[in-house]
Amino acid sequence: MQTTSDEVLIARIAGGDRLAMQVLFARHHVRVYRFVLRLVRNEATAEDLISEVFLDVWRQAGRFEGRSAVSTWMLSIARFKALSALRRRSDDELDEETAEQIEDQADDPETALAKKDKGAVLRECLTKLSAEHREVIDLVYYHEKSVEEVAEITGIPEATVKTRMFYARKKMSELLKEQGVDRGWP
Amino acid sequence: MNTTDKEQAPGDIEALMPWHAAGTLSRRDARRVEDALARDPELARRYALVREELTETIHLNETLGAPSAGVMEALFAKIDAEPKRRAAPSLNLGARISEFFASLSPRTLAWSASAAALAILLQAGLITGVVLNEQNGNRDFLPASAPATAPNEGAFALIRFAPQATSADVTTFLEANKLSLAGGPAPGGLYRVRIAAGKLDKDELDRRIRALQADKTVDFIATTQ
Repeated sequence: MQTTSDEVLIARIAGGDRLAMQVLFARHHVRVYRFVLRLVRNEATAEDLISEVFLDVWRQAGRFEGRSAVSTWMLSIARFKALSALRRRSDDELDEETAEQIEDQADDPETALAKKDKGAVLRECLTKLSAEHREVIDLVYYHEKSVEEVAEITGIPEATVKTRMFYARKKMSELLKEQGVDRGWP
Repeated sequence: MNTTDKEQAPGDIEALMPWHAAGTLSRRDARRVEDALARDPELARRYALVREELTETIHLNETLGAPSAGVMEALFAKIDAEPKRRAAPSLNLGARISEFFASLSPRTLAWSASAAALAILLQAGLITGVVLNEQNGNRDFLPASAPATAPNEGAFALIRFAPQATSADVTTFLEANKLSLAGGPAPGGLYRVRIAAGKLDKDELDRRIRALQADKTVDFIATTQ
Protein backbone atom coordinates (compact mmCIF):
# COMPACT_ATOMS: atom_id res chain seq x y z
CA MET A 1 0.00 0.00 0.00
CA GLN A 2 1.28 3.44 -0.92
CA THR A 3 1.70 6.00 1.82
CA THR A 4 1.62 9.72 1.35
CA SER A 5 5.13 11.12 1.32
CA ASP A 6 6.30 13.47 4.06
CA GLU A 7 6.80 16.18 1.44
CA VAL A 8 3.17 15.92 0.36
CA LEU A 9 2.06 16.09 3.98
CA ILE A 10 4.15 19.21 4.55
CA ALA A 11 2.58 20.88 1.51
CA ARG A 12 -0.87 20.03 2.84
CA ILE A 13 0.08 21.34 6.27
CA ALA A 14 1.20 24.57 4.62
CA GLY A 15 -2.35 24.83 3.35
CA GLY A 16 -3.75 24.37 6.85
CA ASP A 17 -4.63 20.66 6.60
CA ARG A 18 -5.00 19.47 10.20
CA LEU A 19 -5.37 15.83 9.19
CA ALA A 20 -2.02 15.91 7.39
CA MET A 21 -0.51 17.27 10.59
CA GLN A 22 -1.94 14.33 12.53
CA VAL A 23 -0.46 11.87 10.04
CA LEU A 24 2.95 13.52 10.16
CA PHE A 25 2.86 13.60 13.95
CA ALA A 26 1.87 9.94 14.18
CA ARG A 27 4.66 9.02 11.79
CA HIS A 28 7.52 10.87 13.48
CA HIS A 29 6.74 11.90 17.02
CA VAL A 30 8.26 8.88 18.76
CA ARG A 31 11.62 9.21 17.03
CA VAL A 32 11.73 12.96 17.55
CA TYR A 33 10.84 12.41 21.21
CA ARG A 34 13.63 9.86 21.67
CA PHE A 35 16.14 12.13 19.98
CA VAL A 36 15.18 15.01 22.26
CA LEU A 37 15.04 12.81 25.34
CA ARG A 38 18.59 11.58 24.76
CA LEU A 39 19.69 15.21 24.70
CA VAL A 40 17.71 16.69 27.57
CA ARG A 41 17.36 13.53 29.71
CA ASN A 42 14.04 14.58 31.14
CA GLU A 43 10.77 13.07 29.94
CA ALA A 44 8.54 16.02 30.81
CA THR A 45 10.91 18.46 29.11
CA ALA A 46 11.15 16.18 26.08
CA GLU A 47 7.35 16.04 25.79
CA ASP A 48 7.09 19.82 25.99
CA LEU A 49 9.78 20.19 23.39
CA ILE A 50 8.27 17.85 20.81
CA SER A 51 5.02 19.74 21.09
CA GLU A 52 7.01 22.90 20.29
CA VAL A 53 8.83 21.15 17.44
CA PHE A 54 5.60 20.09 15.74
CA LEU A 55 4.04 23.47 16.34
CA ASP A 56 7.01 24.97 14.49
CA VAL A 57 6.45 22.46 11.70
CA TRP A 58 2.82 23.63 11.48
CA ARG A 59 3.89 27.27 11.38
CA GLN A 60 6.86 26.91 9.03
CA ALA A 61 5.57 24.26 6.63
CA GLY A 62 5.06 26.89 3.93
CA ARG A 63 8.73 27.76 4.07
CA PHE A 64 9.98 24.18 3.78
CA GLU A 65 11.87 24.02 0.49
CA GLY A 66 12.41 20.29 0.24
CA ARG A 67 16.20 20.54 0.13
CA SER A 68 16.43 17.91 2.84
CA ALA A 69 14.23 15.10 4.06
CA VAL A 70 11.35 16.21 6.28
CA SER A 71 12.68 14.05 9.13
CA THR A 72 16.08 15.76 8.86
CA TRP A 73 14.40 19.17 8.97
CA MET A 74 12.40 18.17 12.05
CA LEU A 75 15.46 16.80 13.85
CA SER A 76 17.24 20.09 13.16
CA ILE A 77 14.36 21.98 14.78
CA ALA A 78 14.31 19.48 17.66
CA ARG A 79 18.03 19.82 18.25
CA PHE A 80 17.84 23.60 18.31
CA LYS A 81 15.00 23.51 20.82
CA ALA A 82 16.69 20.90 22.99
CA LEU A 83 19.92 22.87 23.18
CA SER A 84 17.96 26.06 23.91
CA ALA A 85 16.14 24.26 26.72
CA LEU A 86 19.42 23.00 28.14
CA ARG A 87 20.76 26.54 28.15
CA ARG A 88 17.66 27.75 29.97
CA ARG A 89 18.02 25.26 32.78
CA SER A 90 18.80 27.12 35.93
CA ASP A 91 21.11 24.40 37.13
CA ASP A 92 22.99 24.31 33.89
CA GLU A 93 24.51 27.65 33.12
CA LEU A 94 27.34 26.25 31.08
CA ASP A 95 27.67 27.27 27.51
CA GLU A 96 26.70 24.72 24.91
CA GLU A 97 30.21 23.83 23.91
CA THR A 98 31.24 23.14 27.46
CA ALA A 99 28.07 21.26 28.22
CA GLU A 100 28.61 19.00 25.25
CA GLN A 101 32.06 18.04 26.42
CA ILE A 102 30.87 16.82 29.78
CA GLU A 103 30.41 13.13 30.11
CA ASP A 104 27.61 12.03 32.33
CA GLN A 105 28.92 9.40 34.69
CA ALA A 106 25.76 9.14 36.75
CA ASP A 107 23.40 6.25 36.38
CA ASP A 108 20.04 7.16 34.91
CA PRO A 109 16.86 5.31 33.90
CA GLU A 110 18.51 4.11 30.70
CA THR A 111 21.29 2.54 32.70
CA ALA A 112 18.87 1.06 35.18
CA LEU A 113 17.28 -0.86 32.33
CA ALA A 114 20.53 -2.40 31.32
CA LYS A 115 21.41 -5.92 32.34
CA LYS A 116 24.94 -7.06 32.69
CA ASP A 117 25.50 -8.97 29.50
CA LYS A 118 27.84 -7.64 26.83
CA GLY A 119 25.05 -5.85 25.02
CA ALA A 120 23.93 -4.29 28.27
CA VAL A 121 27.44 -3.08 29.03
CA LEU A 122 27.63 -1.58 25.57
CA ARG A 123 24.31 0.18 26.11
CA GLU A 124 25.49 1.45 29.46
CA CYS A 125 28.57 2.89 27.78
CA LEU A 126 26.36 4.56 25.18
CA THR A 127 24.63 6.44 27.98
CA LYS A 128 27.96 7.60 29.38
CA LEU A 129 29.19 9.26 26.21
CA SER A 130 29.29 13.04 26.00
CA ALA A 131 26.23 14.75 24.53
CA GLU A 132 27.86 15.39 21.19
CA HIS A 133 29.09 11.80 20.89
CA ARG A 134 25.68 10.42 21.92
CA GLU A 135 24.03 12.65 19.40
CA VAL A 136 26.13 11.61 16.42
CA ILE A 137 25.83 7.93 17.27
CA ASP A 138 22.04 8.18 17.61
CA LEU A 139 21.69 10.11 14.37
CA VAL A 140 23.75 7.60 12.42
CA TYR A 141 22.65 4.32 13.96
CA TYR A 142 19.10 4.98 15.13
CA HIS A 143 17.83 7.82 12.98
CA GLU A 144 19.60 6.44 9.88
CA LYS A 145 20.97 9.77 8.79
CA SER A 146 23.64 10.05 6.11
CA VAL A 147 26.88 12.00 6.57
CA GLU A 148 25.32 14.95 4.75
CA GLU A 149 22.16 14.86 6.85
CA VAL A 150 24.06 14.67 10.14
CA ALA A 151 26.10 17.65 8.98
CA GLU A 152 22.91 19.56 8.26
CA ILE A 153 21.30 18.71 11.59
CA THR A 154 24.34 19.46 13.71
CA GLY A 155 25.65 22.36 11.64
CA ILE A 156 29.16 20.98 11.30
CA PRO A 157 31.16 20.06 8.16
CA GLU A 158 30.80 16.56 6.74
CA ALA A 159 34.46 15.77 7.42
CA THR A 160 33.90 16.70 11.06
CA VAL A 161 30.85 14.44 11.20
CA LYS A 162 33.00 11.46 10.17
CA THR A 163 35.73 12.41 12.63
CA ARG A 164 33.24 12.92 15.46
CA MET A 165 31.65 9.56 14.78
CA PHE A 166 35.06 7.91 14.76
CA TYR A 167 36.02 9.46 18.08
CA ALA A 168 32.64 8.67 19.59
CA ARG A 169 33.19 5.02 18.72
CA LYS A 170 36.74 5.17 20.02
CA LYS A 171 35.51 6.65 23.29
CA MET A 172 32.95 3.89 23.55
CA SER A 173 35.68 1.29 23.18
CA GLU A 174 37.60 2.95 25.99
CA LEU A 175 34.53 2.95 28.22
CA LEU A 176 33.97 -0.71 27.40
CA LYS A 177 37.56 -1.50 28.32
CA GLU A 178 37.03 0.16 31.69
CA GLN A 179 34.08 -2.19 32.15
CA GLY A 180 36.26 -5.19 31.32
CA VAL A 181 35.25 -5.60 27.69
CA ASP A 182 38.28 -5.36 25.40
CA ARG A 183 37.23 -5.15 21.79
CA GLY A 184 40.78 -5.07 20.46
CA TRP A 185 40.11 -1.68 18.91
CA PRO A 186 41.41 0.96 18.67
CA MET B 1 47.02 2.25 -6.10
CA ASN B 2 49.91 4.44 -4.99
CA THR B 3 51.51 4.57 -1.57
CA THR B 4 49.44 7.54 -0.44
CA ASP B 5 46.23 5.72 -1.33
CA LYS B 6 47.35 2.70 0.63
CA GLU B 7 47.99 4.85 3.66
CA GLN B 8 44.75 6.82 3.47
CA ALA B 9 42.27 4.26 2.23
CA PRO B 10 41.82 2.19 5.42
CA GLY B 11 41.11 5.29 7.52
CA ASP B 12 38.64 6.57 4.98
CA ILE B 13 36.88 3.25 4.74
CA GLU B 14 36.83 2.80 8.49
CA ALA B 15 35.21 6.21 8.86
CA LEU B 16 32.42 5.15 6.51
CA MET B 17 31.66 1.81 8.16
CA PRO B 18 28.96 3.13 10.55
CA TRP B 19 27.00 4.51 7.61
CA HIS B 20 27.51 1.33 5.67
CA ALA B 21 26.07 -0.67 8.55
CA ALA B 22 23.10 1.71 8.71
CA GLY B 23 22.56 1.46 4.97
CA THR B 24 22.88 5.18 4.33
CA LEU B 25 25.92 5.27 2.05
CA SER B 26 25.75 6.04 -1.63
CA ARG B 27 26.02 3.02 -3.89
CA ARG B 28 29.55 4.01 -4.86
CA ASP B 29 30.78 4.35 -1.28
CA ALA B 30 28.96 1.18 -0.24
CA ARG B 31 30.79 -0.70 -2.98
CA ARG B 32 34.12 0.71 -1.79
CA VAL B 33 33.42 -0.44 1.75
CA GLU B 34 32.28 -3.89 0.64
CA ASP B 35 35.39 -4.34 -1.50
CA ALA B 36 37.63 -3.30 1.40
CA LEU B 37 35.83 -5.63 3.80
CA ALA B 38 36.27 -8.52 1.40
CA ARG B 39 40.00 -7.83 1.13
CA ASP B 40 40.86 -7.02 4.75
CA PRO B 41 39.96 -9.49 7.54
CA GLU B 42 40.94 -7.01 10.28
CA LEU B 43 38.62 -4.40 8.79
CA ALA B 44 35.89 -7.03 8.62
CA ARG B 45 36.40 -7.78 12.32
CA ARG B 46 36.06 -4.09 13.15
CA TYR B 47 32.96 -3.90 11.01
CA ALA B 48 31.43 -6.57 13.24
CA LEU B 49 32.00 -4.17 16.16
CA VAL B 50 30.18 -1.45 14.26
CA ARG B 51 27.22 -3.76 13.74
CA GLU B 52 27.18 -4.52 17.47
CA GLU B 53 27.10 -0.81 18.24
CA LEU B 54 24.27 -0.29 15.79
CA THR B 55 22.22 -3.10 17.31
CA GLU B 56 22.67 -1.83 20.85
CA THR B 57 22.03 1.80 19.91
CA ILE B 58 18.69 0.78 18.41
CA HIS B 59 17.97 -1.36 21.47
CA LEU B 60 18.76 1.52 23.80
CA ASN B 61 16.60 3.99 21.91
CA GLU B 62 13.71 1.55 21.73
CA THR B 63 13.75 1.26 25.52
CA LEU B 64 13.17 4.99 25.83
CA GLY B 65 9.45 4.59 25.40
CA ALA B 66 7.12 7.05 23.78
CA PRO B 67 5.54 10.33 24.79
CA SER B 68 2.14 10.31 26.42
CA ALA B 69 -1.06 10.80 24.46
CA GLY B 70 -1.42 14.18 26.10
CA VAL B 71 1.33 15.56 23.88
CA MET B 72 -0.82 15.27 20.78
CA GLU B 73 -3.79 16.83 22.55
CA ALA B 74 -1.64 19.73 23.76
CA LEU B 75 -0.19 20.21 20.30
CA PHE B 76 -3.56 20.35 18.57
CA ALA B 77 -4.94 22.67 21.21
CA LYS B 78 -2.11 25.04 20.31
CA ILE B 79 -2.72 24.54 16.61
CA ASP B 80 -6.42 25.28 17.04
CA ALA B 81 -5.48 28.48 18.82
CA GLU B 82 -3.36 29.58 15.87
CA PRO B 83 -4.86 32.13 13.49
CA LYS B 84 -6.57 30.62 10.45
CA ARG B 85 -4.44 30.86 7.38
CA ARG B 86 -5.28 30.85 3.72
CA ALA B 87 -4.21 27.87 1.71
CA ALA B 88 -1.25 28.50 -0.56
CA PRO B 89 -2.60 27.52 -3.99
CA SER B 90 0.75 26.89 -5.61
CA LEU B 91 1.87 24.62 -2.81
CA ASN B 92 -1.37 22.73 -2.79
CA LEU B 93 -1.23 22.31 -6.51
CA GLY B 94 2.31 20.99 -6.31
CA ALA B 95 1.35 18.70 -3.48
CA ARG B 96 -1.54 17.26 -5.40
CA ILE B 97 0.52 16.64 -8.50
CA SER B 98 3.21 15.11 -6.31
CA GLU B 99 0.69 12.95 -4.52
CA PHE B 100 -0.79 11.84 -7.81
CA PHE B 101 2.53 10.64 -9.17
CA ALA B 102 3.66 9.22 -5.85
CA SER B 103 0.68 6.91 -6.00
CA LEU B 104 1.60 5.60 -9.43
CA SER B 105 4.87 3.94 -8.61
CA PRO B 106 6.62 2.60 -5.54
CA ARG B 107 9.47 4.98 -6.20
CA THR B 108 9.64 8.02 -4.04
CA LEU B 109 9.36 11.00 -6.30
CA ALA B 110 11.00 14.16 -5.09
CA TRP B 111 9.57 17.62 -5.49
CA SER B 112 11.72 18.23 -8.50
CA ALA B 113 10.40 15.11 -10.18
CA SER B 114 6.86 16.22 -9.47
CA ALA B 115 7.54 19.61 -10.94
CA ALA B 116 9.08 17.97 -14.01
CA ALA B 117 6.09 15.69 -14.34
CA LEU B 118 3.81 18.69 -14.12
CA ALA B 119 5.80 20.38 -16.86
CA ILE B 120 5.49 17.30 -19.06
CA LEU B 121 1.76 17.20 -18.52
CA LEU B 122 1.40 20.83 -19.37
CA GLN B 123 3.64 20.60 -22.40
CA ALA B 124 1.79 17.62 -23.73
CA GLY B 125 -1.34 19.65 -23.65
CA LEU B 126 -3.00 16.86 -21.79
CA ILE B 127 -4.06 19.06 -18.96
CA THR B 128 -4.28 22.58 -20.23
CA GLY B 129 -4.64 23.88 -16.76
CA VAL B 130 -5.42 22.63 -13.33
CA VAL B 131 -7.65 24.64 -11.12
CA LEU B 132 -7.70 24.00 -7.46
CA ASN B 133 -11.05 25.12 -6.21
CA GLU B 134 -10.05 26.12 -2.72
CA GLN B 135 -12.93 28.53 -2.29
CA ASN B 136 -15.64 25.87 -2.26
CA GLY B 137 -13.51 23.28 -0.56
CA ASN B 138 -13.35 20.99 -3.58
CA ARG B 139 -10.21 18.90 -3.13
CA ASP B 140 -10.22 17.31 -6.59
CA PHE B 141 -8.23 18.17 -9.67
CA LEU B 142 -10.41 19.91 -12.20
CA PRO B 143 -9.31 20.20 -15.80
CA ALA B 144 -9.46 23.83 -16.85
CA SER B 145 -11.35 22.79 -19.95
CA ALA B 146 -14.21 21.53 -17.82
CA PRO B 147 -16.62 24.24 -16.76
CA ALA B 148 -16.32 24.67 -13.03
CA THR B 149 -20.07 24.95 -12.71
CA ALA B 150 -20.73 21.59 -14.39
CA PRO B 151 -17.98 19.27 -13.28
CA ASN B 152 -20.06 16.16 -13.80
CA GLU B 153 -20.76 16.53 -17.50
CA GLY B 154 -19.37 13.77 -19.67
CA ALA B 155 -18.58 10.09 -19.22
CA PHE B 156 -16.34 9.03 -16.36
CA ALA B 157 -14.46 6.01 -15.11
CA LEU B 158 -12.64 5.11 -11.93
CA ILE B 159 -9.12 3.95 -12.64
CA ARG B 160 -6.20 2.57 -10.67
CA PHE B 161 -2.88 2.54 -12.47
CA ALA B 162 -0.54 -0.44 -12.39
CA PRO B 163 2.01 -0.16 -9.56
CA GLN B 164 4.90 -0.41 -11.99
CA ALA B 165 3.56 2.34 -14.25
CA THR B 166 5.81 5.37 -14.35
CA SER B 167 4.63 8.95 -14.71
CA ALA B 168 5.73 8.84 -18.36
CA ASP B 169 3.62 5.70 -18.92
CA VAL B 170 0.59 7.37 -17.40
CA THR B 171 1.10 10.57 -19.35
CA THR B 172 1.33 8.62 -22.59
CA PHE B 173 -1.70 6.51 -21.71
CA LEU B 174 -3.88 9.51 -20.83
CA GLU B 175 -2.79 11.40 -23.91
CA ALA B 176 -3.25 8.48 -26.29
CA ASN B 177 -6.74 7.85 -25.01
CA LYS B 178 -7.75 11.50 -24.69
CA LEU B 179 -8.51 11.13 -21.00
CA SER B 180 -8.35 13.84 -18.38
CA LEU B 181 -8.11 13.61 -14.62
CA ALA B 182 -11.27 14.70 -12.86
CA GLY B 183 -10.58 13.68 -9.29
CA GLY B 184 -8.68 11.57 -6.82
CA PRO B 185 -6.87 9.91 -5.44
CA ALA B 186 -9.62 8.14 -3.52
CA PRO B 187 -8.97 5.29 -1.07
CA GLY B 188 -7.44 2.39 -2.95
CA GLY B 189 -5.48 4.71 -5.24
CA LEU B 190 -8.47 5.29 -7.51
CA TYR B 191 -8.69 8.29 -9.80
CA ARG B 192 -11.75 9.62 -11.60
CA VAL B 193 -11.03 10.24 -15.25
CA ARG B 194 -13.20 11.82 -17.90
CA ILE B 195 -13.26 9.54 -20.92
CA ALA B 196 -15.61 11.62 -23.07
CA ALA B 197 -16.89 15.18 -22.99
CA GLY B 198 -20.49 14.04 -23.53
CA LYS B 199 -22.60 11.14 -22.36
CA LEU B 200 -21.92 7.78 -24.04
CA ASP B 201 -24.48 5.03 -24.53
CA LYS B 202 -23.88 1.87 -22.53
CA ASP B 203 -22.43 -0.18 -25.38
CA GLU B 204 -19.99 2.51 -26.36
CA LEU B 205 -19.02 3.07 -22.74
CA ASP B 206 -18.43 -0.67 -22.22
CA ARG B 207 -16.37 -0.83 -25.39
CA ARG B 208 -14.17 2.08 -24.25
CA ILE B 209 -13.71 0.55 -20.80
CA ARG B 210 -12.70 -2.84 -22.23
CA ALA B 211 -10.21 -1.16 -24.53
CA LEU B 212 -8.69 0.82 -21.70
CA GLN B 213 -8.58 -2.24 -19.42
CA ALA B 214 -6.37 -3.98 -21.97
CA ASP B 215 -3.64 -1.37 -21.53
CA LYS B 216 -0.77 -2.53 -19.30
CA THR B 217 -0.80 0.84 -17.57
CA VAL B 218 -4.20 0.04 -16.09
CA ASP B 219 -4.61 -2.12 -13.02
CA PHE B 220 -8.34 -1.59 -12.58
CA ILE B 221 -11.02 0.42 -14.35
CA ALA B 222 -14.79 0.68 -14.00
CA THR B 223 -17.47 3.10 -15.06
CA THR B 224 -18.71 5.69 -12.62
CA GLN B 225 -21.10 8.59 -12.53
